Amino acid sequence: MREFCYRFYKNKLAFLGFIILFIFLVMAIFAPYLAPYDPFQMDPQAMLQPPGADHLFGTDQFGRDILSRIIFGSRISFKVGLISVGLSLIVGVSMGIVAGYYGGWLDNLISRIMDVMFSFPQIFLALVIMAVLGTSSTNLMLAIGLVYIPIFGRIARASVLSIKDSLYIEAANSIGVSNLIIMLRHILPNIMAPIIVQTTLSFGFAIRAEAALSFLGLGVEADIPSWGIMLNQGKDWMEMAWWNAVFPGLSATLAILSFNILGDGLRDALDPRLRNEGE
Amino acid sequence: MRNLLEVNNLTTYFKSNKGLIKAVDGINFTVSSREILAIVGESGCGKSVTAKTILGLIGQKKNEIIGGEVLFKGENLLTKNYREMQQIRGKEISTVFQDPMTSLNPLHKVGQQIAEVLTIHEQISRQAARKQAINILTKVGIPSAASRAEQYPHQFSGGMRQRAIIAMALVCRPDLLIADEPTTALDVTIQAQILDLLQDLRHELKTAIIMITHDLGVVAEISDTVAVMYAGHLVEKAPVKLLFAEARHPYTKGLLNSIPRPGSRKKLEPIPGQPPDLHNLKTGCNFADRCPSVMAKCRQQSPLLKKIAPDHQAACWLYEEER
Amino acid sequence: MLTTNNNLSSQNKDSKVLLKIRNLKKHFISKKGLFFSKEERVKAVDGLNFNIYRGETLGIVGESGCGKSTTGRLLLRLIKATAGQLEFDGVNLMDLNKKELTAMRHRFQMIFQDPFASLNPRLKIKKIVAEPMLTHQLHKADRADRVKALLEEVGISSSYLNRYPHEFSGGQRQRIGIARALAAEPEFIVADEPVAALDVSIQAQILNLLNKLQAELGLTMLFIAHDLSVVQYISDRIGVMYLGKMVELTNSDQLYQQPLHPYTKALLAAIPVPDPELRTNKNHLAGEVPSPLNPPRGCNFNTRCPAAFAKCREIEPEFKEIKPGHFCACHLYSREEKTNEN
Repeated sequence: MREFCYRFYKNKLAFLGFIILFIFLVMAIFAPYLAPYDPFQMDPQAMLQPPGADHLFGTDQFGRDILSRIIFGSRISFKVGLISVGLSLIVGVSMGIVAGYYGGWLDNLISRIMDVMFSFPQIFLALVIMAVLGTSSTNLMLAIGLVYIPIFGRIARASVLSIKDSLYIEAANSIGVSNLIIMLRHILPNIMAPIIVQTTLSFGFAIRAEAALSFLGLGVEADIPSWGIMLNQGKDWMEMAWWNAVFPGLSATLAILSFNILGDGLRDALDPRLRNEGE
Repeated sequence: MRNLLEVNNLTTYFKSNKGLIKAVDGINFTVSSREILAIVGESGCGKSVTAKTILGLIGQKKNEIIGGEVLFKGENLLTKNYREMQQIRGKEISTVFQDPMTSLNPLHKVGQQIAEVLTIHEQISRQAARKQAINILTKVGIPSAASRAEQYPHQFSGGMRQRAIIAMALVCRPDLLIADEPTTALDVTIQAQILDLLQDLRHELKTAIIMITHDLGVVAEISDTVAVMYAGHLVEKAPVKLLFAEARHPYTKGLLNSIPRPGSRKKLEPIPGQPPDLHNLKTGCNFADRCPSVMAKCRQQSPLLKKIAPDHQAACWLYEEER
Repeated sequence: MLTTNNNLSSQNKDSKVLLKIRNLKKHFISKKGLFFSKEERVKAVDGLNFNIYRGETLGIVGESGCGKSTTGRLLLRLIKATAGQLEFDGVNLMDLNKKELTAMRHRFQMIFQDPFASLNPRLKIKKIVAEPMLTHQLHKADRADRVKALLEEVGISSSYLNRYPHEFSGGQRQRIGIARALAAEPEFIVADEPVAALDVSIQAQILNLLNKLQAELGLTMLFIAHDLSVVQYISDRIGVMYLGKMVELTNSDQLYQQPLHPYTKALLAAIPVPDPELRTNKNHLAGEVPSPLNPPRGCNFNTRCPAAFAKCREIEPEFKEIKPGHFCACHLYSREEKTNEN
């Protein structure tokens, strides 16, 4: 563990990603204290103000402070990310482990379901689900979560297959350890590395998906300050008030990018092959 | 007789993020023509690194530091460039590695692969090369060699593959063959066949062999001279009969007492502890921590390999006074 | 150790028998060809008959592909036999369902070949060693103490309890594997090539440890290895396997001094003896082991056997007792008096 931290710390870019995300996280948690204005507070006197001393990132067409809305928007993004990725993580990894460990018809069934889900473009699948369920933030999280289940499922299954025949699994069997305990105690911890990496990357995807779907009007409710909604609304004012779209867009980009470089960094730090070389 | 190979004060160090690894730390030995020298030791003792350094397979990368000299027919191999080494490898010095499964290209016919070695190193027509390839396959004991030469490696069994690899190594009639654990992956009955084959071939083709192995049985079976390595140093060197009869270095003695002998139930006396970590070697003799006859001096200074009797060298302070 | 050999002949009462193996077979079937039309049958283990007696170490030796590892796993019911009988202490293991089998598992344990792969890299060694006790609800009160005691017993300082497997060397890991196998206080241990991956000097340490533990705890052990010298050092009796069958079984000294089966003789001749004075130009066995997909007719060994005659190519020899306690499957000895096992 100490070695992992050291390797991770040595990867400057990934560490930077970690710092940025940490700042976003603090922003999301302490939004009410950090935001200079109420994000819903309209101010007819200050419509479409350019960035300045009063409003650091300017205001929108209703005179709402963009910075405050972005700070509150990070809450939505992280909430969507956390819950949807959590959903796909738990469901996908469980399905993947069961499929990989038991094999046979169960594996066939689960794998074929995942194949079918994979055969649709992800954003299209999410769009369809949202169109069927209707727009609400709960449905959004459900849709994004469902879309990413097969990704986790496949990674988990492949990892299980690569360690299933390990001697320590056979050793556990020879002791008489039950299948459930073998999966939880011997398999899960040993396939965590690729899953952690995928979780990080998926966070970025989820934030992107939220922004994209909200931008298309199929995401969260229109009155919630989400980065996607802000982008959607800001695009109409692009020519006269660029800050309306650019700052939410930048925030989303920064967060997604940070998750990606963090994921890459984690992959390098967790890769056992690289680690063995260091030993 | 001039020595075919003379290794003088050879060192191979690797730089790693945990410090310098002294994989081979100043070893000296010679091989005369047609001699079979066995380098024996446990994993991590530096025996394979020694072989690779002689072949010029180590030393290209930044983190590899090589010192000393390797004189082959009087020329220092360590100063040769890649191209010059390519001329020597496969023609004058060739190798057989441990794993018979990965040493052949699965996509080419066996005969073709052997003929290719010839066409690289000699001015020879493809027809003649093919003929010689079949010849050498017959020599290494592959039945119906002409039709076997047309087959692919996967059609060969493990033992046959190792024979084919030996054929490939010997097709240019090299003066020196370096065999790195050539029988470790094979079953005992096949191992016996391959050892017999190597014995026969060195007489027939006048090839010297450096045999790298961890198996003292193999050493006793095939070698003329034995060099024992421990943690990057040569600790003892003697003709095979002398070494097995009168091992002097405590490590060699320990090894000989550690192996079960067929038909005997004498209690084994293992060497206590385990080999040192090459990352942080202490000063003094590397074997001091496991040695039953360790003295104060052993912890201060590393002993050098010195002659302790006719034909017998050891690196141990126990024999320093006797000289 | 040698004195126990006399008790091991077949005249013994059945109560001394811990494992009774009769006609045990394991065939691996794989479908090949277009639409899986071809069936390939590998007879990994093809009809084993022998007993393992309480307190003995039975060695099994043979070359790769002879079925020795499969045999070990069959006896522990880690894989299911295709046919045959397998009795452990009077209980037919073949009849047990999964639950009943799991409940019995603590009575027989395994030591694995590769000490680097057989320990879960994510578990601390105290958890690894405690796992059998946890699984079978043993030693609830003094589990932590017992883990310490077990590790000390195999020569691992109890100050290392909180370390992970990768912090240990190969020999130490094998000791940890042995401690785990002993944790459930088994009666029977299968050791599958436990020293093959270790260096010579460490090998001897582990062999002596196994010998000591076996004597102290009165264990019954099946010791599987390809190295006849190692097997001989540790075993009371030795069974020689070739291509899925046992060809000879007798006590260790007998096997070395008076081997009967031509394959055993060849195996003994092929071992490189660590003594250059004994170097001779022996007649080594020619050829290689035939493919188990397509074993020869008659005796499996007839293609390489220097003594093979017409009958060997037609009829498979029976595995039977040639002399008291000395079993062999070879037509060379078929003219002698017939005495069947049991």
